[in-house]
Amino acid sequence: MKRIALLGMPNTGKSTLFNRISGASARVGNWPGITVDLMSAKVLLGGHIAELVDLPGIYDLHGFSDDEQVVRHFLANNPLDLAIVLLNSSQIDRQLSLLLQIKKLNIPMVLALNMSDEAKKAGISIDIDQLAKSLAMPVLQISAKYGEGLPKALQAAAAVINQAQTASDPARISLALEEDQKIEKEMESLLAKYVHIPSTLSESSTDKLDKILLHKWLGLPLFFLAMYVLFQFIFAAGKPLQDGLAWALQLLRSSMLEPLFAGSPTWLSGLLLDGIYNGVATVAAFVPIIVLFFLVMSMVEDSGYLSRAAFLMDALMAKMGLDGRGFVMMLMGFGCNVPALMGTRMMRSRPMRLLTMLVIPLSLCSARLQVFIFMITALFSASQAPLVLFALYLMSFVTMFLTALLFQGQFKNKEPFILELPPYRFPTLRQIVLRGWLEVKHFLNRASKFIVIGVVLVWALTNFPSNVPPASAGTYAGQLGALFAPVLDPLGINNQLAIALIFGFVAKEIVVGALAVIYGLQGDALMVQMASQIDWVQAMSFMLFALIYTPCLSTIATLRNESKSLGFMWLSLAWSLGLAWLVSFVFYQTARALGF
Amino acid sequence: MRLLSQLAIGEHAIISAIEAEESLYHRLSALGFRVGKTLSIMRRANFNGPLHVRLGTTDVILRDTEAARIHVQNDSLANKP
Ligand SMILES: Nc1nc2c(ncn2[C@@H]2O[C@H](COP(=O)(O)OP(=O)(O)OP(=O)(O)O)[C@@H](O)[C@H]2O)c(=O)[nH]1
Ligand SMILES: [Mg+2]
Repeated sequence: MKRIALLGMPNTGKSTLFNRISGASARVGNWPGITVDLMSAKVLLGGHIAELVDLPGIYDLHGFSDDEQVVRHFLANNPLDLAIVLLNSSQIDRQLSLLLQIKKLNIPMVLALNMSDEAKKAGISIDIDQLAKSLAMPVLQISAKYGEGLPKALQAAAAVINQAQTASDPARISLALEEDQKIEKEMESLLAKYVHIPSTLSESSTDKLDKILLHKWLGLPLFFLAMYVLFQFIFAAGKPLQDGLAWALQLLRSSMLEPLFAGSPTWLSGLLLDGIYNGVATVAAFVPIIVLFFLVMSMVEDSGYLSRAAFLMDALMAKMGLDGRGFVMMLMGFGCNVPALMGTRMMRSRPMRLLTMLVIPLSLCSARLQVFIFMITALFSASQAPLVLFALYLMSFVTMFLTALLFQGQFKNKEPFILELPPYRFPTLRQIVLRGWLEVKHFLNRASKFIVIGVVLVWALTNFPSNVPPASAGTYAGQLGALFAPVLDPLGINNQLAIALIFGFVAKEIVVGALAVIYGLQGDALMVQMASQIDWVQAMSFMLFALIYTPCLSTIATLRNESKSLGFMWLSLAWSLGLAWLVSFVFYQTARALGF
Repeated sequence: MRLLSQLAIGEHAIISAIEAEESLYHRLSALGFRVGKTLSIMRRANFNGPLHVRLGTTDVILRDTEAARIHVQNDSLANKP
């Protein structure tokens, strides 16, 4: 099979093009370093089935950060039939150097000048015919985002593949590549001849926005204000959807499923309806909020604001031994901790990478968000709810900052901080929908695996041995809860909540499902039951514990894989468990002492 | 000759030398920091935060420590009133 790779500097649109050609849904974002691993897909090109590979961006062929290593390793071990090199047309004045370096590797290649839409607007003109002649390779102007010029580019790629040139020789590629100075000269001459960049670029809309968003004094307050507004929006728009879905799922149960299982043995209808259905339905009701959350998240990621957040926060992060990129990873962790942990691959200094990885698991991910929305709506009034949620986000930052402050001595580093600031961009509808769909798929995938297994287990624990009433102290769940009571009682966390927490160790989605199963209720009835069982102080203590104690098994596995150190994984686990206990303890006991 | 870290906001200058170890040198050069190139200072973040520098069509932010590795000369053309 023919193999085609997409190569280019970070943030040049490789993954966007990859998605366009293959129909896959690789993650896209206006941040250099979204892709940190290989992704491949089969595509039909010029009558051949070919493997198309999306790679992390590289600045040059000398880089040694972990994401760049992925590319070096790939090039040195896989023969290529074609490299599609993507450059950002507007930045051709610096990115051409990478093309010239790759050219020395003797891989059959096509040059795709991407983002031609932006280059046109900036008044940059490139004489592509002459450039192609001079480079002796096909050169095409495309816009991967809007799909312009793609058919022609694919034709050119197919033509190169069909010439059946000898594929690249990995052995040669692993030989070091020098001759940088020659490349510099060649680059200057090509640019002078074939590229025209207006000497004074008129003030762009990005410049105007930056004047406000990066303002000396307004920048940070605006950041927190924007965050507050976005979360309010998700909450305000998502809550009715969730309520509606929960109601519909309840209706489905009472009008169809219950009659259907009326004749079956009680244990079977119990397992299927009170166990699996209640558990999964309660979790499923959160899908609209999660989708909404990720739609907003994808817009933020694609806007280019993340790099601005890095700019605004770097000075503060430096005091904690981290840098602006670490802050961006914390924000990405709000979506899911796993990609955020992987995103640290762009850091070259191992101590800094580890320190960043130590704080990311404390980032309030979307799965934890579900637990909090559930608890908050059950125990707080509609007007308090948004504030409580925001307080939890702030708490997430506080624990991350505290962790970094305390551990920075152990992870001293001198990592340079240099980051490009891409222009502001707005995602197309297609990109937004693709991302939303990706998250639904991800959720369904998790749901079908451990959420179902989790709720079945919880059901079994709360219903056996069968000679005691379900969910009573005599069940296995009751016994398990009693086992943890000495540690969790001082936090105000009762036996039922303890069971939910134990299962939440695997994935936070299970927490809500587990509570539904434990109380044998769903929807509104479940909320009412919760409110009668615990008060707001206990709920808050439970939420603080759930926020800090540990993300989920996938995060722990990622910590282990990315750090390549079991010791580090255990350190992270022990620290979060200890911190969670301490924070909840202090909160609960203080609140009680104050008479709440 | 001055250092990039010493420039004022709004100033233009030409890069005259870059003193950095190999990996940093390569990264700087890939982002457009090359001897002879013109750059301008857009802004600086509060509390001695990073510098926002514009090189041609690329915007880059970097800390003082890194900016101090880059020597610059006055850009006689651009700084004339
Ligand atoms: N205006 C415009 N924006 C584009 C185009 N192609 C991609 N983008 C945007 O550029 C940004 C980066 O796109 P990605 O596809 O994630 O870039 P990448 O090269 O895969 O980036 P890394 O994985 O970080 O190396 C996203 O915001 C895209 O929406 C284009 O043709 N025109
Ligand atoms: Mg990518």
